[in-house]
Amino acid sequence: MNAPLARQWDSLRQSRGRRLERAASLGFGREIPVDRIIDLLEAVIQPGDRVCLEGNNQKQADFLAESLADCSPERINHLSMVQSVLALPSHVDLFERGLANRLDFSFSGPQGARLAKLVQEQRIEIGAIHTYLELFGRYFMDLTPNVALIAAQAADAAGNLYLGPNTEDTPAIVEATAFKGGIVIAQVNERLDKLPRVDVPADWVDFTVLAPKPNYIEPLFTRDPAQITEVQVLMAMMAIKGIYAEYGVTRLNHGIGFDTAAIELLLPTYAADLGLKGKICTHWALNPHPTLIPAIESGFVESVHCFGSEVGMDAYISARSDVFFTGADGSMRSNRAFSQTAGLYACDMFIGSTLQMDLAGNSSTATLGRITGFGGAPNMGSDPHGRRHASPAWLKAGREAYGANAIRGRKLVVQMVETFREHMAPVFVEELDAWKLQKSMGAELPPIMIYGDDVSHIVTEEGIANLLLCRSPEEREQAIRGVAGFTPVGRARDPRAVENLRDRGIIRRAEDLGIDPRQATRDLLAARSVKDLVRWSGGLYAPPSRFRNW
Amino acid sequence: METLNFCFDSAPVLKGASPALCGVVGSGNLEILIKTGIEPAACRVCIKTSARGFGETWQAVLGSFAASHAAGGTVIAINDMGATPAVVTLRLAQALAEYQGGGQ
Repeated sequence: MNAPLARQWDSLRQSRGRRLERAASLGFGREIPVDRIIDLLEAVIQPGDRVCLEGNNQKQADFLAESLADCSPERINHLSMVQSVLALPSHVDLFERGLANRLDFSFSGPQGARLAKLVQEQRIEIGAIHTYLELFGRYFMDLTPNVALIAAQAADAAGNLYLGPNTEDTPAIVEATAFKGGIVIAQVNERLDKLPRVDVPADWVDFTVLAPKPNYIEPLFTRDPAQITEVQVLMAMMAIKGIYAEYGVTRLNHGIGFDTAAIELLLPTYAADLGLKGKICTHWALNPHPTLIPAIESGFVESVHCFGSEVGMDAYISARSDVFFTGADGSMRSNRAFSQTAGLYACDMFIGSTLQMDLAGNSSTATLGRITGFGGAPNMGSDPHGRRHASPAWLKAGREAYGANAIRGRKLVVQMVETFREHMAPVFVEELDAWKLQKSMGAELPPIMIYGDDVSHIVTEEGIANLLLCRSPEEREQAIRGVAGFTPVGRARDPRAVENLRDRGIIRRAEDLGIDPRQATRDLLAARSVKDLVRWSGGLYAPPSRFRNW
Repeated sequence: METLNFCFDSAPVLKGASPALCGVVGSGNLEILIKTGIEPAACRVCIKTSARGFGETWQAVLGSFAASHAAGGTVIAINDMGATPAVVTLRLAQALAEYQGGGQ
């Protein structure tokens, strides 16, 4: 027998050692002077590395992103980027300047058009578009970073990090990098002698740099109640009466739009009048939406675990520690990976909006010329086959879907849309733009955000379609057409089939639910302005200036 | 701007009161004025809209309204700034209720 080929079993550790030696030879300790960050990055990052740049739709390691983009493409190139969100101009600069050429990500909202252009010019290779939890999973599987560039609120002299309320993705990124021979570099907003609490221990962090200005945070989840329309109030009433009340939904996640903000603002008024307090919406996986304040203050909400924080909500959250997860120091601890896990396995319902839906119920936010990605929606908006614990809502949905003897339940996945978007763009379409986008991207699959077979209900201004009760693809198609309003898809319905579905309770109109559409007025909203939200919070909510008009 | 005129058969309105005005002319919204007409079984509608090329959709939305409500004997004037069919449907119901005496 020949001896097995000799191989080196600690190449990652040795590579890490060489990188740290290069940094030490340039005179770097653990605290990097702000004007020498590029020297450090060029010393520890190697061509072909997999680099994780922290940034989500809220917190951004913006200083490190700009610094990396300013590195020399002769020194650093062929990087493979792994990151939750491609949001900042500097994220795209990396590819335009020839430092990076491959990308695995989740979401690219603001940079969607530039990204699509780079793909068409074949200057970027997209590995895949993921949902957050899936991308985090791959950090521990086949996409482990060599270098992670992260954002923290503060560091102490030892290098311990305090992440503040916007913990977000940091724990997942650092864990994957630090324990597989990687290098972790943190930009911090301040250096403190004593941290309020330690969120990341110093020996998981190699370098810290005091950024010239605090990391950027986008107030992404702030919805001004003044912009909620009567049609959204009507849809919210139908959702509350026809779904929340019927299934007794207590554990849930809401999407980001005005449709679900309207529901949040109807809880203390319309839902309370229906006697639903304590029976629905008690436990949430949700960012701290300012529009949830009236429901919290009215005693509707017992618990909220957050993916991230929201600008202006910190003092309110600290003062409501029974509801939110907070540290001994009083400030919130968010965690996207855990909150996404809660959204997957512990929620009975996801309800959110979309830009397009086809006749099978597949939905997508990708439109031509823009690659936007998914964020957390595919995770929250899917029925987890690994779930085993029962709840009344989950069992009722399961019995509707699989019959009285069902051996499993079913998550409620609700899509809530007005049939036309602005500029009369129909939401309901024969074919999603995602299919054309697939061809232009050369992707294996069309970028579908929520698969039709995961969708349980569709709510539009025309009514609610319960897809769980449909027994054939044809019924499903007519159920969707039957709530698609005056879109071409809706007008091509078979009126008799739709009336039959209505008789069977698969389609329900406002009047079937005992709702007079004329009662859908903004007077039902618990708060009609951002100022109202501040008042509800007892002055604890401090909205960003762009939302203050008084 | 585009001006559209339609006439639909509709059951006679139960009780006509004073002219009713509903909504405002603003982006994504519309203003509806309902007055008494001279044909008891017809609903006449005149639309001035900022969005060109949606005549067929207007016809479908208004036809559905005239069929599902007793709106005969009315003349409806609409000033539209790109309201969606959902908003139009809701406003028509509000305006007709107002015209019949305001009760919800």
